[in-house]
Amino acid sequence: MALSTGDQSQAVRNGLRTKVLTLHSMNPRVRRVEYAVRGPIVQRALELEQELRQGVKKPFTEVIRANIGDAQAMGQRPITFLRQVLALCVNPDLLTSPSFPDDAKKRAERILQACGGHSLGAYSVSSGIQLIREDVAQYIERRDGGIPADPNNVFLSTGASDAIVTVLKLLVAGEGHTRTGVLIPIPQYPLYSATLAELGAVQVDYYLDEERAWALDVSELHRALCQARGHCHPRALCVINPGNPTGQVQTRECIEAVIRFAFEERLFLLADEVYQDNVYAAGSQFHSFKKVLMEMGPPYAGQQELASFHSTSKGYMGECGFRGGYVEVVNMDAAVQQQMLKLMSVRLCPPVPGQALLDLVVSPPAPTDPSFAQFQAERQAVLAELAAKAKLTEQVFNEAPGISCNPVQGAMYSFPRVQLPPRAVERAQELGLAPDMFFCLRLLEETGICVVPGSGFGQREGTYHFRMTILPPLEKLRLLLEKLSRFHAKFTLEYS
Amino acid sequence: MQRAAALVRRGCGPRTPSSWGRSQSSAAAEASAVLKVRPERSRRERILTLESMNPQVKAVEYAVRGPIVLKAGEIELELQRGIKKPFTEVIRANIGDAQAMGQQPITFLRQVMALCTYPNLLDSPSFPEDAKKRARRILQACGGHSLGSYSASQGVNCIREDVAAYITRRDGGVPADPDNIYLTTGASDGISTILKILVSGGGKSRTGVMIPIPQYPLYSAVISELDAIQVNYYLDEENCWALNVNELRRAVQEAKDHCDPKVLCIINPGNPTGQVQSRKCIEDVIHFAWEEKLFLLADEVYQDNVYSPDCRFHSFKKVLYEMGPEYSSNVELASFHSTSKGYMGECGYRGGYMEVINLHPEIKGQLVKLLSVRLCPPVSGQAAMDIVVNPPVAGEESFEQFSREKESVLGNLAKKAKLTEDLFNQVPGIHCNPLQGAMYAFPRIFIPVKAVEAAQAHQMAPDMFYCMKLLEETGICVVPGSGFGQREGTYHFRMTILPPVEKLKTVLQKVKDFHINFLEKYA
Repeated sequence: MALSTGDQSQAVRNGLRTKVLTLHSMNPRVRRVEYAVRGPIVQRALELEQELRQGVKKPFTEVIRANIGDAQAMGQRPITFLRQVLALCVNPDLLTSPSFPDDAKKRAERILQACGGHSLGAYSVSSGIQLIREDVAQYIERRDGGIPADPNNVFLSTGASDAIVTVLKLLVAGEGHTRTGVLIPIPQYPLYSATLAELGAVQVDYYLDEERAWALDVSELHRALCQARGHCHPRALCVINPGNPTGQVQTRECIEAVIRFAFEERLFLLADEVYQDNVYAAGSQFHSFKKVLMEMGPPYAGQQELASFHSTSKGYMGECGFRGGYVEVVNMDAAVQQQMLKLMSVRLCPPVPGQALLDLVVSPPAPTDPSFAQFQAERQAVLAELAAKAKLTEQVFNEAPGISCNPVQGAMYSFPRVQLPPRAVERAQELGLAPDMFFCLRLLEETGICVVPGSGFGQREGTYHFRMTILPPLEKLRLLLEKLSRFHAKFTLEYS
Repeated sequence: MQRAAALVRRGCGPRTPSSWGRSQSSAAAEASAVLKVRPERSRRERILTLESMNPQVKAVEYAVRGPIVLKAGEIELELQRGIKKPFTEVIRANIGDAQAMGQQPITFLRQVMALCTYPNLLDSPSFPEDAKKRARRILQACGGHSLGSYSASQGVNCIREDVAAYITRRDGGVPADPDNIYLTTGASDGISTILKILVSGGGKSRTGVMIPIPQYPLYSAVISELDAIQVNYYLDEENCWALNVNELRRAVQEAKDHCDPKVLCIINPGNPTGQVQSRKCIEDVIHFAWEEKLFLLADEVYQDNVYSPDCRFHSFKKVLYEMGPEYSSNVELASFHSTSKGYMGECGYRGGYMEVINLHPEIKGQLVKLLSVRLCPPVSGQAAMDIVVNPPVAGEESFEQFSREKESVLGNLAKKAKLTEDLFNQVPGIHCNPLQGAMYAFPRIFIPVKAVEAAQAHQMAPDMFYCMKLLEETGICVVPGSGFGQREGTYHFRMTILPPVEKLKTVLQKVKDFHINFLEKYA
């Protein structure tokens, strides 16, 4: 029965019942949640796809989903070795098949040995299979030049999102002006704002500096913090590095400054590092928060509370659908760590195939392994193509008048700024839409290209952006970028 | 205050944060020994401590993986290190994980999954055509034809269609709409999400959620975390754990004093109790929910696990529909299923779905929005669910082997259910209701007064004390009844029926011997 809220009162008058669960009676926090990456514009994209399938004529033949960081959906191939090992784990009969390389079989056997009943189908320990957590710890050590990582501080999760939500959940306490405040970057990946809304925590925005390639300024952190102290109790600081949607890769100096700031101001640090394998720009390098923290020595190294997150969804793997990820916690109170484990135990365990995939990501073929050559080639090819697409995107957008795009140093997105004529802004307001949503909807209707308006990520007042992935194949991407630029020019003309 | 009251009503022993602390202290000590951090001269207080953390999270308990299981883990480590014990292995009879206890996965299911995971295998002659057909169908429906893409947040479309078709067949033609199907990360995810949306209000208008006692402690944990009000209704132990509507009435009346009861949760077949509700009972419950305007949650993950020849699974959806339009158009219902139980036992895949009935369209929109923040359930779990609802049919190549494997698993479980019930009932001081379905025994145990006193001296619930002793002396890990809820002054434990038959017999004998000794010791 399709009764809108308005119809409900009519329904009551007609003798029909009101529902138990309505917009009015539901959890008000859930009502406030928004997640633009799969929000209204994507729903419209779905409708358009539906119409295309039904044969409705459009100015385009396909909808391009450039809204979400899903590489394989846009044609990127999975890494062969990963899928071979996983297939062997799923169906161990294949261990006798000649079609699989020996090193893949060895890996599969190793993983299965560590599973209950030697099967991916058993629940694992709630923090994840011990062996895999050990492999993750070793990966972290190698990555960080030998700085030790303790497997007991590693918790596998259902994608990084799961662990981020869990850590934030632990942090939320207090009421009114003692309610937990969490500093998040603007622009941000909207998991953060959505989770804070759901938990009823206070979102504290700090602005990245668009004029300086989206740099993070400690003075801006100060400003945000001071402002926040009046109405909440700021307890955590979230950093996304490499950035989403902005793609900036923080310098080591910046990371040190952030750590010092967090320490001085007593903030729990969350470092979202899911794009650590996606660094393209020549001058940029990924520095893990963990490594920098440890290298800073006392008092920081032994006391600054930190949670760092990684995932199988990005990098060169693009295994979004498997929902693999982990969090490493540093300097977390032991009793709280037990509480975290307890919380995870209610949901039993992260998906075991995702755990297995993560294992392969953190311990890929070694140079002496038979699968190494193919693995390396595939990996390099994916990363090289992403780097080329990052450069291309920046280039094409910067050639378009009225569009400017900061360098895409890393991650998988461009977040260009677009000039929108005042008349377009007015029109948007008439329609009750954010101006960049209006722009993006029109773009979608006329070209089939689906991107997410900057208002979904946050931006300085009076500026407009959109986030577009760099994931379509290179030549297709070039066409899309040009199409989009042309549309923008046309749009600007129309509303001049 | 309200939580304390809820605890008293739950009939639990004293909350035992100390048992958490005690059994993990050695683990924590080990952890700090391993982590080589320079000791700081003057350590400042951490930002995140037990005092400063989320109090709702602190209140959460989940006995199935709680203190006794942590203790079991410690003992296993000791065994590994060669420490002598009265036993050579720890038997994990605490959790409904069939494959961990040796149950084999269904061949067809794993074949289709392997084909989806590594599509090169579609060219291999070692896979039957019907498996390949299913794999191709699933992959076609995935972004980039890969399990590695995110799916729609509601789940892969064709899988939702298959689920709807399954439900329609299962329910003798009562139609299911794919649009009302949401795939989830195990059933727990769906249950948690629905409860989250339902919880609102403050003080006396805070949402009350009715749950069975004994219950599967996901419910109490989620209610704690959401700061909702737990409203207990007691199943009738004297009557094979039957659900009595009069008891529902009592519970809801009492609850109205201090909260706004909005939700009624049913687990059928029951966990931990294993009872399979009669059709009449389900009708009565639906009528009650209709009368009291309660949102119904029907946890039906054990729908394939019915052993008693006198019992049959009746889905809430089907009964609701057959009760006519006044009910079927009005009662809001969410039903849950999973790949973890049944004959599949695919716990690690985290596959599941929920079917929602009569939800307001705006609420369905809110539901998708909430799910979208986590993007999508694991696609491999969705694929596993697809095979569960779309298994080989007569005439297909894999049908025979599939049927054999399925019957073998279910036959085995039925045998073990009877075996367990019979053996427990032979023990003086243990009484076990018939295991009509699910995967557990929840026998009542007599604990002598002296033992109750000893337990109190250790600051433990008496049945926790009993179970700890059982674990330490036999290596058998079961979960005390206080973790599920029980009537004040009664004691139980939940044990799975999952170990292989011969091993199960040994386990049951050991429990019997332990119990007799325990009675003597504390006489």
